Amino acid sequence: MKNKDERIGGRMSRVDAQLKVTGAAKYFAEFEVPNLVYGVLVPSTITKGTIKSLDTKKAESAPGVLAVLSYLNAPKTPAYQTDEPSKTSSGRGPGMKAFHDNKVYFNGQPIAMVVANTFERATYAASLVTAQYEKSSHQTELKSNLDKGITPKSKSLQDYQRGKKDAYQTAPVKIEAEYIQPTEVHNPMELHGILAQWEGPDKITVYAKTQGVKMTQQVIADTFKIPKENVSVHSQFVGGAFGMSLRVWPHEIATILAAQKVQRPVKLVITRDQMFTIAGYRPHTHQKVGIGANKDGKFVGISHWANVQNSNYEEFTEATVGMTRFLYRSPNVNTTYRVVPLDICTPIPMRGPGEATGAFALESAIDELSYALNMDPIDLRMKNYPEKDPEQDLPWSSNHVREAYQLGADKIGWSNRPKEPRSKKENGMWIGYGMATGTFGAHRREATARAQLKADGTLLIQSAASDIGPGTGTAMVQIAAEVMGMPADQIKFELGETAFPYAPIQGGSATVASVGSAVHEACMALRQQLVELSGNALKKAKVDTLVYEEGRVRSPTDRSASIAYTEILKRNNLPMLEVTKEAKPGEEGKKFAMYSFSVHFVKVHVHPTTGVVRVKHAVAVADAGTIVNHKTASSQMMGGAVGGIGMALQEEAVIDHRYGRYINNDLANYHVPVNADIPDIDVLFVDKKDPYINPMGAKGLGEIAIIGMAPAIANAVYNATGKRIRELPITPDKLI
Amino acid sequence: MKAFQYVRANTAKSALEALAKDPSAQFIAGGTNLVDLMKRGVTAPDKLIDISRLPLNKIEKVANGVRIGAMSLNSQVADDKLILEKWPLLAQALNAGASAQLRNKATVGGNMLQRTRCGYFYDTEMPCNKRQPGTGCGAKEGYNRMHAIFGTSEHCIAVHPSDMCVALVALDAAVVVQGPKGERTIPFTEFHRLPGDRPEKDNTLGKDELIVAVTLPDSPYTQHAHYLKVRDRASYAFALVSVAAALELEGKTIKSARLAMGGVAHKPWRLQEVEKALVGKTVSEATFQQAAQQAMAGARAFEYNAFKLKLAPNTIVEALKMAAGLTA
Repeated sequence: MKNKDERIGGRMSRVDAQLKVTGAAKYFAEFEVPNLVYGVLVPSTITKGTIKSLDTKKAESAPGVLAVLSYLNAPKTPAYQTDEPSKTSSGRGPGMKAFHDNKVYFNGQPIAMVVANTFERATYAASLVTAQYEKSSHQTELKSNLDKGITPKSKSLQDYQRGKKDAYQTAPVKIEAEYIQPTEVHNPMELHGILAQWEGPDKITVYAKTQGVKMTQQVIADTFKIPKENVSVHSQFVGGAFGMSLRVWPHEIATILAAQKVQRPVKLVITRDQMFTIAGYRPHTHQKVGIGANKDGKFVGISHWANVQNSNYEEFTEATVGMTRFLYRSPNVNTTYRVVPLDICTPIPMRGPGEATGAFALESAIDELSYALNMDPIDLRMKNYPEKDPEQDLPWSSNHVREAYQLGADKIGWSNRPKEPRSKKENGMWIGYGMATGTFGAHRREATARAQLKADGTLLIQSAASDIGPGTGTAMVQIAAEVMGMPADQIKFELGETAFPYAPIQGGSATVASVGSAVHEACMALRQQLVELSGNALKKAKVDTLVYEEGRVRSPTDRSASIAYTEILKRNNLPMLEVTKEAKPGEEGKKFAMYSFSVHFVKVHVHPTTGVVRVKHAVAVADAGTIVNHKTASSQMMGGAVGGIGMALQEEAVIDHRYGRYINNDLANYHVPVNADIPDIDVLFVDKKDPYINPMGAKGLGEIAIIGMAPAIANAVYNATGKRIRELPITPDKLI
Repeated sequence: MKAFQYVRANTAKSALEALAKDPSAQFIAGGTNLVDLMKRGVTAPDKLIDISRLPLNKIEKVANGVRIGAMSLNSQVADDKLILEKWPLLAQALNAGASAQLRNKATVGGNMLQRTRCGYFYDTEMPCNKRQPGTGCGAKEGYNRMHAIFGTSEHCIAVHPSDMCVALVALDAAVVVQGPKGERTIPFTEFHRLPGDRPEKDNTLGKDELIVAVTLPDSPYTQHAHYLKVRDRASYAFALVSVAAALELEGKTIKSARLAMGGVAHKPWRLQEVEKALVGKTVSEATFQQAAQQAMAGARAFEYNAFKLKLAPNTIVEALKMAAGLTA
């Protein structure tokens, strides 16, 4: 009998659960290799300027120290002698050249690395390195530099206009407001770093914390101008990343240089405070939204401006204003996106990049408009539902957001929502309900999988995918089990190795759609071969009409005409059947607008005099096509909701602009939610197959899990208290 | 961090002797704060004297009160039957602090001696008179959202981060310390100090002394006591403002009161004048509002912590209401 939980749509537990809970899963920092030594970074203590001199003598003579690497003595990086670094490996390489010159672009920038025979000795010696600087005046504050915003080069973020400009101003009912998103830091539990080991002059092995081993491989190969095949990257387990490992950072290149210098493998694990300064963040963003409607609620126009924190040495953009262009039917829409170069590290996508920030503005503004119109915020959104994508003028591949509104409203008890803000108390607390919509592109990229059916009846599938936590391996096993009609415990999926066939980065919620399609196609190809090798009886039937069950293939009509996969291999004298299949998107992306959608509902309590907000209940609804694994997908949605609670109520990385230094750069002072902050979270799925995106019909859900959660909470806080908080996080001081 | 020597003391006497031999040494008990400070380079002792094994972890009923050994763990005190029965305010305050893991490691003496969590104190590249006298106060014109509104000086505006100490100061605790010349007792109100022009000095403990116990007198505050901590997240966060409130009631009349605040000053902030004014009054929202207004006399805010001028009195009212049983 087949176990339905092991198939697409099941609730299979993680294939690596036991490894993870027993500690047997090995993360990059846990690898030990012979002769390993340890690197520790020396951060700059000024924000902008040049290094006049660097005193490394004390550090060099400290116990156990092998080298102090800096721009003065680092081996030359081949690519940095010619190319612009940001052009290396299509923007995934480090935007700054590690130890290349004496320039300081931001406070905390690594200016040297101490290598010693123990981590503790390297740490101590790093404290002995001193630098003399030529300081320049710096700018780290977004607020006082908003006028310095520039239009990015990125094509998708050019000024956009549909219909008339700023038409909202002419509407009978309108809202115009500013919304502020502070800097957020990913802060996964696992610290960033790398272990680098040169195997020869042009051959290297690294253990990395990466969201794409092939990406890391390409960047290293390009940077050191060595053949790609000579770069081995291992990253089977990643302890959370949320986007911060979507590129190779300068400190990774620095570690590779250090390994070259000392001719020994070097391991670098950065510190928690360095996670704030040198490994990216969600950029601080000032937004303005203008939205106008007729009295019946029909939108007249939406305008959305965003000014986004950026570094001074390369361009980073994210789709902050993207959803405003297509989520609602509005005849007039214009969006403006500006990057504001500042003396800080470059941002990097953080879960729901752009859209999470943008949704806070757009979905708050729509909520504000609903009160101005005296309309239920769900009714207002329904009224402006676009039957097709108004930006691209294409039909949706699938869009069940209206069903998601209904499902969530029923589950949270939306009918209990007070119509008037600040009108209902429960146990002495103001109560409020809020909701908001989220959306993110349903992407699919090229990916390849290799499947090997062995003589013992087991199936091994390999692809160089990543698993930063969602349960990629589990979903892949389910897809294979579904196609092959095999029990899950006979199937193994391996990932995180450059030796495996190509898989894209795990970013932008595209892994199931991309790698899952490759697994699907590889298994389909295996089936085809099995049938061809099975003998005449089955060969006559069409491959698609045959039944694949319990490791056997049979005729749909004649149960006795059945043959085991192992028997087919045996009869053909084959030790193994192997296929490698590349899967890529076709023309569907040109014919359809493909997006995932989420709707978040929350009920909050707000203490009337202390301003403490507690989320009492959260409901997250996703329209993400077919749900391959309901258990891991629910966990992923819950994780996003928790991240959204952090974004709404707690997270803010604060810089003292006089010094350009972060002031709350540890986990005691940079708050992320603890268990006590998290209520019951109900996760609901529309669970309807997208007919066009891929064979499974699955759209991504990693990003939509968080997008919309923060405005749902802000809207609920307004409903509870009558106070509209437009600057995150919503801490008690803003509500008293 | 810098390499250091580690020695272990088995008696208070031997601990004090070890310290006398090497005045630059530091005691370590639970280490929940000291280790962080050493990792960040805020402090770099050459020698650590481990006192965690000293036989000072008993919670004993004594004549007219209780004596809590300085090495008692925070969780041990919070779960102690006698404490829960007679001094519930202390148990509440302890449980409001840190996380379960930290409370299982942190000691009573160590909790009292924890340093401020001011970000300028922790970052050795920033000015801080407490860490490095004479460098200035980074917080005064910097990011001072968590900082003091009472008893600040031009040299320091940091707050003491403990919850436990707020309850102890309210409950008339005393600190028993041992030095080369023997034992002495410091009233809890005089243990921590205001920064003045010596912000590097958190308290009045002598450099050659060791805390051996905290004593609490018997108290009538077993029924009407509440510790209310307002913070940015539900657990594992330092107080924006906290209030320890205890009332002795006769019907609706206040016979006596104890009131202290945390998160507002360089020391746990006892409000004795307010306590006196509450005596004889009838419990009511109005009474508590009046007390809260009185409590705020002399408060002064900085750029980012002005909200405390409102949050503090609100929290006092709320805590007193909870103590009196006026709210659900």
